[in-house]
Amino acid sequence: MIAEFGLAALWLAAALGLLQLLLASAAARAEGPAVALRSVRAVAGVQGLMAGLSFAALLLLFWRTDLSVALVAANSHSSKPLLYKLSGAWGNHEGSMLLWVTVLALAGAAVALLERRLSDRTLAATLGAQGAIAAGFYAFLLFASNPFARLAQAPPDGQGLNPLLQDPGLAFHPPTLYLGYVGISVAFSFAVGALVTREVNPVFARAMRPWVLGAWTMLTLGIVAGSYWAYYELGWGGWWFWDPVENASLMPWLAATALLHSVTVLAARDGLRAWTIVLAVVAFSMSMVGTFLVRSGILTSVHSFAVDPARGTFILALLLLYIGGALLLFGLRIGTVRAGRQFEAVSREGALVANNLLLSTILGVVLFGTLYPLALEGLTGEKISVGPPYFNAAAGPLALLMIALMGAGPLLRWRRDELRAAARRIALPAALGIAAFAAVLLLRPDIGVLPLLGLVLAAGVGLASVAPLFGRSLRRTPLFTWGMVVSHLGIAVALAGAAADAAFTSETLVALRPGQAADVGPYRVRLDGVRPIAGPNWTAVEARLSATRGDGGFALAPQSRAFSSPPTETAEAAISTRLDGQLYTVLGRPTEDGRWQLRLWWKPWVTLIWLGGALVALGGALTLVGRWRRERRSAERLAWA
Amino acid sequence: MRAKNQRMTLVLLGMGAMLIAALLAMWGLRDRAALFLSPGDLRTRSVPAGQAVRIGGMVRPGSLVRAPDGVSLSFVVGDDTPRTVPVSFRGVPPDLFREGSGVIAEGSFAPDGRFVAAELLAKHDENYKPPDKVAAAHRTETLR
Repeated sequence: MIAEFGLAALWLAAALGLLQLLLASAAARAEGPAVALRSVRAVAGVQGLMAGLSFAALLLLFWRTDLSVALVAANSHSSKPLLYKLSGAWGNHEGSMLLWVTVLALAGAAVALLERRLSDRTLAATLGAQGAIAAGFYAFLLFASNPFARLAQAPPDGQGLNPLLQDPGLAFHPPTLYLGYVGISVAFSFAVGALVTREVNPVFARAMRPWVLGAWTMLTLGIVAGSYWAYYELGWGGWWFWDPVENASLMPWLAATALLHSVTVLAARDGLRAWTIVLAVVAFSMSMVGTFLVRSGILTSVHSFAVDPARGTFILALLLLYIGGALLLFGLRIGTVRAGRQFEAVSREGALVANNLLLSTILGVVLFGTLYPLALEGLTGEKISVGPPYFNAAAGPLALLMIALMGAGPLLRWRRDELRAAARRIALPAALGIAAFAAVLLLRPDIGVLPLLGLVLAAGVGLASVAPLFGRSLRRTPLFTWGMVVSHLGIAVALAGAAADAAFTSETLVALRPGQAADVGPYRVRLDGVRPIAGPNWTAVEARLSATRGDGGFALAPQSRAFSSPPTETAEAAISTRLDGQLYTVLGRPTEDGRWQLRLWWKPWVTLIWLGGALVALGGALTLVGRWRRERRSAERLAWA
Repeated sequence: MRAKNQRMTLVLLGMGAMLIAALLAMWGLRDRAALFLSPGDLRTRSVPAGQAVRIGGMVRPGSLVRAPDGVSLSFVVGDDTPRTVPVSFRGVPPDLFREGSGVIAEGSFAPDGRFVAAELLAKHDENYKPPDKVAAAHRTETLR
């Protein structure tokens, strides 16, 4: 019954998506009836509710481990802990796509219920675009990826979930990522709506900004959580692998970051109109490209679990339809979007244009590197792999240049600035950067160019990013200025962590007998013993290690786990977080002569990477709250006047 | 920036950025992309020593030898052709690495013809098949 209810809700939501598109086309006409807009709002709300109910039905099926449903039987097991039964609902293709459209529908419903600033016609057109996107992806679910399909005969038990995915990280990472990844669809729909009604102006930008900010904040959190999950769960000691699936979330983030900055120019200074529209279209296009890469099974990668060409073709068709449609509309309407207000090259706007250009270039480099091997294999059959050597060399210097400009940008004035006055404001951070350069060269002359530049920039930009607060009353500084400062500081902190990890990590690979010890960085790590232990649905061997560094020591217990369904072994790294870094230990295999392989890393300051990432997201949240408070206050002032 | 031409300037800057991205990508891809080959591919093409390559195939049963230091190992990768590649590796192999199952070795050939792997990937997916096997499976499906 529950599966049939979920499927019915999904069909209903799909029908409502189409209805939303039809009603919106009526309401967006200049002489459209007022009742049409109200009904579009209501339809969008109910569509969100139906998608939410459908997803809730899937959660319930996984909770009860209803093995007559094919998806549950293939991805769950009655002995799994409850958390992983539930998170298993989105740890597979169909469930993940259902979560995707649910977020899309809920975002549309939120716009319908909360948005009050847009003109009625633009809002109707926006909701129409959101309904059109939703209808396509509902069709994909219903015709190519039905999550509620029943089995003729229920198996005695399920096949279980990939053990790598049985982790609290999986419960948190995909929903957060999707809130950002799919939430950015709202920006796309806003852009389409504004193009339809020719209302590309600061009012539109101010209406769009909170949605972009919210989606961007969630996307940032999702990427940071995913990076930490890969770091501790994969046991390779790395935090970013340039895996195509990671790039699939990075590309929308790059576009959304550019959009966030250009929409600010449009809202505050009425500049960069066409530019902002293009970025809004590109940002969600990148989300759809990412969905295509991950969900079509075109990649054979750690994260992808499907090989099914029919699905790939379906998503590709949707992708071409929506991106092509939006770009066509842009081409037809760009003539009617008047050029925005002017500004000088040396100005806040100029710096933001530079930020946009650099982000777009990085996006281009990552997109080329991700798609090229697929295109080459499709066209010639030749298989190549494009990995960290390419991405670090091509995107790394651009990213460093962009971060350097990020330090300077907020210290420039809007519209026009004096070069010499600006240079004076940047002098102190630049001096700190030079001091850091000298210090690193004196203390550790052997580190590579990129890590060296990274450390220097982190010092200079870290100071520059808090410089906008100098000479201001901290209590009277608006919350959204704090948000910018915190986000920019977060980038500098994350850069410091990444550079320190690249420059100073030490690694030891040994095979030890119980009682023997090995050195890694400042630590001496002793293997005290190895013992078998058992968990709810796995058994493991666990090594007991004690690490000492002159003073008192601490214990670590890395495991090698064996899961029974599906039969898989995984290494569970044991990580100890110290004030100045992390000790990362992985238990390998036993050797024939009774020793145990151990892989040990000392990673100084590595935690700064995710701390910085969390600061970036926090800055987004602060800005969102700050903008909201400012608007409420000015609305109150208007009401009093 | 002259006021009149600002929009044109922005458009040109945007196109310039895309051009730079394309050039950077082409330069990077020429030097830094690693070929992904199966042992059978090596019958028809030679790879110079030191060039980054990935070799994908199956670990030949009975070929796995562990060195006395406990962390070095060597094995032979093969596919459904007679050509095989001897591989040596120092490290903890991935969880699913075992004789008779699929592996991707990332590294380069030493001058003596031995492949020195910097990293081994055994796909963390029980459904994983090496690249040819997927293609072969697809062919069978189409024929059916």
